[in-house]
Amino acid sequence: MTAPNPAISTTAVSRRWLRGSRGGGPGPTRSLAARVTSWVILVLVGLYFFIPLLATFLHSIKPVINGVPDPTLAYRTILGLPNFYGGLIYSFVIGILTIFFSLLIIVPTAYWVRLRAPRLRPIVEFVTLLPFVIPPIVYVFGLIRTYGGPPFPLLETNLGSDAVLVAAYVILSFPYMYRAVDTGLAAIDVRALTEASQSLGAGWARIILRVIFPNLRTSILAGAFLTLAIVVGEFTIAIYLARNQAFGPWISLLGRTQPYTPAVVTLISFALTWLAMGIIAYLGRSSRTRIQVAGAR
Amino acid sequence: MSYLTLTDVQKRFGEFSAVQDFNLSAEKGEFVSFLGPSGCGKTTTLRMIAGFEQPTSGTITIDGRDVTRVPPNRRNVGMVFQSYALFPNMTVAENIGFGLKVRKRPADQIRKRVEELLEIVNLPDRGGRYPYQLSGGQQQRVALARALAFEPQVLLLDEPLSALDAKIRVALRVEIRQIQRQLGITTVYVTHDQEEALSLSDRVVVMSEGRMEQVGTPFEIYNFPATAFVASFVGTLNVLKATVVDPARGEVSISGQQVLLAKGFEGAKDQEVRVAIRPEMGSLADRTGESSRLSGRVMDVSFLGSIVRIRVALEGGSNNGHDTDDGQVLILDEFNEPTLKLPKLEDPVTVSFPIDGPLVLDAKAPVEEVEALIAEA
Repeated sequence: MTAPNPAISTTAVSRRWLRGSRGGGPGPTRSLAARVTSWVILVLVGLYFFIPLLATFLHSIKPVINGVPDPTLAYRTILGLPNFYGGLIYSFVIGILTIFFSLLIIVPTAYWVRLRAPRLRPIVEFVTLLPFVIPPIVYVFGLIRTYGGPPFPLLETNLGSDAVLVAAYVILSFPYMYRAVDTGLAAIDVRALTEASQSLGAGWARIILRVIFPNLRTSILAGAFLTLAIVVGEFTIAIYLARNQAFGPWISLLGRTQPYTPAVVTLISFALTWLAMGIIAYLGRSSRTRIQVAGAR
Repeated sequence: MSYLTLTDVQKRFGEFSAVQDFNLSAEKGEFVSFLGPSGCGKTTTLRMIAGFEQPTSGTITIDGRDVTRVPPNRRNVGMVFQSYALFPNMTVAENIGFGLKVRKRPADQIRKRVEELLEIVNLPDRGGRYPYQLSGGQQQRVALARALAFEPQVLLLDEPLSALDAKIRVALRVEIRQIQRQLGITTVYVTHDQEEALSLSDRVVVMSEGRMEQVGTPFEIYNFPATAFVASFVGTLNVLKATVVDPARGEVSISGQQVLLAKGFEGAKDQEVRVAIRPEMGSLADRTGESSRLSGRVMDVSFLGSIVRIRVALEGGSNNGHDTDDGQVLILDEFNEPTLKLPKLEDPVTVSFPIDGPLVLDAKAPVEEVEALIAEA
């Protein structure tokens, strides 16, 4: 007679346990009430999310011309407006510049704080949260006062105004970008990876570009898309800096003159945001960025 | 001639002294282990050799070159970390070739060297995998290959096996030693596992509270511990209370039983001292030649495979005419063999050991100090 193999039996029990607990319940089986509650919550959240979208969509297909319904009129109108593409492209360019400069500031800062100055973390976190505390209207008036005239008359030219707009958006992106990057850094052993690179002969530039950045890819993308979504929809700072061609102010102005087209723009904005989220989710699934903790396998 | 030299190295973090008066000369190709409990300064010393920490004072030289103030990326020192620290975004081959790429070696030379190292660490067909696709033991082999790829002058290993399970740990440590011998690379290995240190090293540095307690071969460290700390930290040890009877003759009384030691020691009559005896020194069989004996009753018999561990409660006996019953326990290990007759619980037994077996632990040190060291270890 052979003795039972404890390794095999333990694995079998673990598998049964996992099968039973799939769905997030605390044990092998979940009560019917718990399951029903989960579904009810899911349906309610779904309705809360989709009903406004559905209403917006229904509103967008309402136009009637000479008593004849023309559901695609608003869509044709929007796609035929030259300012639609101009505004979108302008905001995307501003957004991409914002992401670039934000990353340039945030990644080395968050990396350095984690590696060498963990005591500064609460201070850096507080500073990055300031855009949540200071209302954009206060912020933009501060910018106008500072850069509206000598000695820094940046707002007197288009290029200067665009530069101030990008700088303002870089500040606005801090809470999202810092948190996204910091979460990514928490998932990798920054110190060990840095020291391993150093012992292999790498300098700081190579460490950040070849080791740290690639391992933060998903986090950086998350921060970047959040930043892009904010920049594309931002209104207050853009309008007060006279950047009316930006997408946010353009939608607002459109809403004052046309009844149905803003609904279409809203739906397009949603679609773009969902597309961005989809890209994050897809890249996040990529196996190359999965992190293995020592001994976890 | 010394290849890696640490001279009067000290490291302070504010008021805290992490490493004090560290002096070491390692020969080329030597395998040296730093052994000690957590917080003893072994990893800090290793990190100073790697360049991740700057010594507060002292110098570090490698092959005659002073590297004390040289940044880690210019030291030509390979390091293996406890957490492997493989780059998750790179394949195994890219990880191993990283150091060579930094040194701008031609692509075909890098490929050849990577293949060679994959052979050495027994992972010939794993070059295209990512670290997360490997087991812990395989990941640590890759980390070792990566640290060796650029032919460093010194290899540093910081508790490289701690995150692995026991069986893989033993197998991998044999492999590490084989590879080290094959390449003849000077190696410093940090561990808190005495078995690892004793089985792998040419020399062991035992450390405690930032100080070097003893440097010696595993044989010397185990058999001739220089301090109470080394004696208690390395191996299993019986530490028994004893009263000095005749220090010049080396005679003490343990639980009221007279024991003669191999040689005299400094101390005063009736002084309380601690006597250390390794479990394998004792035997239930009568010894030929000069030996000492202690009597007691069997408390416990544990079968541990190749050895049988027996715990004996020493009999009180008489000490200066007074009965003593101080509850002292002596552990002894008998080699397992088919003819071994195991005693039963409560059996009266006499344990004999050679007279050079027991060591008096620093008779000049106060007993409390020795006890504190032992408790700490």
